[in-house]
Amino acid sequence: MTPLLETRDLSRHFKVGGKLFSHRLLHAVDDVNLTINEREIVALVGESGSGKSTMARLLAQVYKPTAGQIAFQGKDLAQLRGRKQHLQYRSDVPMVFQDPFASLNPVYRVSHGIKRGLKLHRPELSARERHQELLRVVAAVGLNPPEEIIERYPYELSGGQRQRIGFAQALAYRPKLILADEPVSMLDVSIRIGLLNVMAKLRDEEGVSILYITHDIASARYVSDRVMVMYGGHVVESGPTESLLADPQHPYTQLLLSAVPDPRAPLEVTAEAAKAEPPAVIDPEPGCRFRARCPLAVDECAHVTPVLRTVEHGHTAACHVTAPTEVAAA
Amino acid sequence: MTPTSRPSEDTAALLDVRDLRIVYDSPRGPVEACSGVNLTVRPGEFVGIVGESGCGKSTLLFGIAQLHTAPARIAGGEVRFLGEDLVTLPPKELNDLRWRNLAVVMQSAMNALNPVRTIGDQFEDAILAHEKWSDEEIRERSAEVLRLVAIDPVHLGSYPHQLSGGMRQRAMIAMALLFTPDLIVMDEPTSALDVVAQRSLMVQIKELQQKLGFAVVFVTHDMSLVSHFSDRLLVMYAGQVVEFGPTRTVFDTPSHPYSRSLLDAFPSIRGPKVPLLGIPGDPPNLADPPEGCRFNPRCPVAQEACRSEAPELYTLEASPDVQSRCLAHRPTDPIDISSPATEVTAS
Repeated sequence: MTPLLETRDLSRHFKVGGKLFSHRLLHAVDDVNLTINEREIVALVGESGSGKSTMARLLAQVYKPTAGQIAFQGKDLAQLRGRKQHLQYRSDVPMVFQDPFASLNPVYRVSHGIKRGLKLHRPELSARERHQELLRVVAAVGLNPPEEIIERYPYELSGGQRQRIGFAQALAYRPKLILADEPVSMLDVSIRIGLLNVMAKLRDEEGVSILYITHDIASARYVSDRVMVMYGGHVVESGPTESLLADPQHPYTQLLLSAVPDPRAPLEVTAEAAKAEPPAVIDPEPGCRFRARCPLAVDECAHVTPVLRTVEHGHTAACHVTAPTEVAAA
Repeated sequence: MTPTSRPSEDTAALLDVRDLRIVYDSPRGPVEACSGVNLTVRPGEFVGIVGESGCGKSTLLFGIAQLHTAPARIAGGEVRFLGEDLVTLPPKELNDLRWRNLAVVMQSAMNALNPVRTIGDQFEDAILAHEKWSDEEIRERSAEVLRLVAIDPVHLGSYPHQLSGGMRQRAMIAMALLFTPDLIVMDEPTSALDVVAQRSLMVQIKELQQKLGFAVVFVTHDMSLVSHFSDRLLVMYAGQVVEFGPTRTVFDTPSHPYSRSLLDAFPSIRGPKVPLLGIPGDPPNLADPPEGCRFNPRCPVAQEACRSEAPELYTLEASPDVQSRCLAHRPTDPIDISSPATEVTAS
C-alpha cells in the first residue's frame, strides 16, 4: 500500500552568519524518512530547535528541501506543475498554526476565513452549499450552535474555540492530511484535551490523517497512533505509540519521558542530568547529536552517526548503545 | 469577613493576603477578578497558584506586588508583607521593598528583557536603583547571581537575543536574586519552554530556594508542573480560591470538584490509556458570575443547592490544613457528591 505521504532522506539546511564566501550551514532537518498512512495520527515530538516545525513547513511547501523528496499519494511534490496542482496539494494538506490569537484575522467574523477557503478550493459549491458546508465543519469541530458561532469575531471566542476554528478552516478543504504545528501548546491544560479529542474525532469520522507536532509527549501518547522523536534535526526513534513509550530505546526519548511532570507519581526532586543545552547543528560533524547530553555515550558516538535500526516490529531507534544491531522484524 | 474564611491567624506568615478584592473598571460595570482572596506564605515556603486563563491568578499576583495598573484597582483587603500593608504603603517605601525584599519574575523573558541592552547593563540598572555600589561590586554580584543559575558570567556582555529561551528565563531569575529577596513571585516563568528545559528550570528554582531560603509564589495553569515542587497549592476558579492545602493532599485527595477535574484533564504518560473529557464549557464571565457556586455550570456533580447557595471556603474536618469552597464540605448540612466522578488512577 502506498502511504499517504512519504519523505525520503529529506533535509533542509539554512545559511547562517559568517562572511561573504564562508557562510555556515545550519542543519535544521537531516535525512528524515517519514511516512504517514491514511487515517493515522503521527506525532512528531521534540524540543525547540529539533527541526519539527521545519518539517511541517517543508511538507506545507513553505520551504523547499535542500535534499531528498516528499511524495504525496505516491507522487513526488517536485513534479507538481502549475497553479492548479499546487492548489490541489494545499487543499489536501492544510496547516493549523500554533497561535490561535494570531492566526485569525481580527477584523472579520470567523466565517470569513472558512468561506474564503471554500471559494478558493471548492469553487464548484453554490453560495448555499458553501454556507451548509461552513456550518458542517464548524459543528464537526465541536462548536455549538454553529449558526451563532460563525457570526462572532475572533475576540469573542476563547483560545480553545479559536483553535477549533483553525481546524474547521482546514477541514473545509476536505483535506487528506492536516499539519498541526503545536496546536494546543498555547491553550490552557484544561482545554487541551477537548482539542485532542477533536483531532481523534476528525481521524475517526472524517478519515483525515494528522501530523501532530508537539513537545508534549503525554499528549502525543493520548492521541497518536505512531510517534517519531526528533533531536537536532535527526529522527532518533520512531514506532507505534504504545510500544515506543512502553520501552523507549533512545536515551533522548528516555530523558523526554522522565521530564514529563506526573502528578500521580510520588513526590521527589531529582536533579537528573537535564542539561538543556541545544545540540550543535551548525556545520555538524558526523556522530550522534545527542552525545553531549547522553549518559550512555561511547567513543563511537563521536565519530559515526547512528542510523535507525529496528528493535522490534515497526519500532526503530538510532543509538549505538541501546540499538546496536538490527533485530529481524517478525 | 466570616470567621470560617480564615481558619487561623498565621502570625509567622511572611506574606499575608487578607480578603483581597481586585476590580477592573469597565464601561459595562466593574469586573471582580479577585473576590476576597486569602493567602498566607510562610518564610521559605513554595506556594503554587493554579487555575485556567481568566481565573484571576495573574491579577492576584499583580495585586501582591502592587503592579496592577488602571483599569484594575484594589477594592478592598490587605496585602501584609514583612509587617507592612503594601496596599496603603506610600510609593517610595514600596519601591524600597520591591526587588530588595520582593522580586517578580514575569511570564515572558523575551519581552521582559530589553533587547538593545546587554544583560550586564540591565543588572546594573536594577542594582543602582537600590544601592550605590561601585562598578567592581556590581560586576561581582552580577557574575555571582548568574553563576547561581548556571550561566557563564561571560554572558553579562551578551544581548538577550544571543541567549536561548531557557537561558533568558534563568537570567530573569538571576536578576530577581540580586538582593536575595524574601519572596519571589513568578508568573508562569516556564510556559515558553519545552518539557526538558521546563523541568530543569523547575529543579533549579527549587534548589536555589532550598539554598537561599526565599519563599516562592508560583502561578501556572499547569497543575502537574508544580506537583513536585510546591509545599502548598492554591486552586483558583473565577476569581475565588476554591481549594488551598498541602500539595500532596490536594493531588491525592482533591476535595473540590474543580481541582479533581483539573487533575483529570492531564493525559498520563504511564498507566492505562483512558479517554479524558477535560472540563466541559468555558470559564464564566466574571462580569456576571453564575448564581450559587461559580463552578456549578461545569461541575460534574453539581446538585440543586449548588445553583442557589454560594459556598464559602470551609476548613475540612478530616484534614484541618485543607480549605475547600464546596457545599459538600460545609460543617452543617453538607450535600452529597459521592457520584460517578472519575477515580484518580494510581499506578
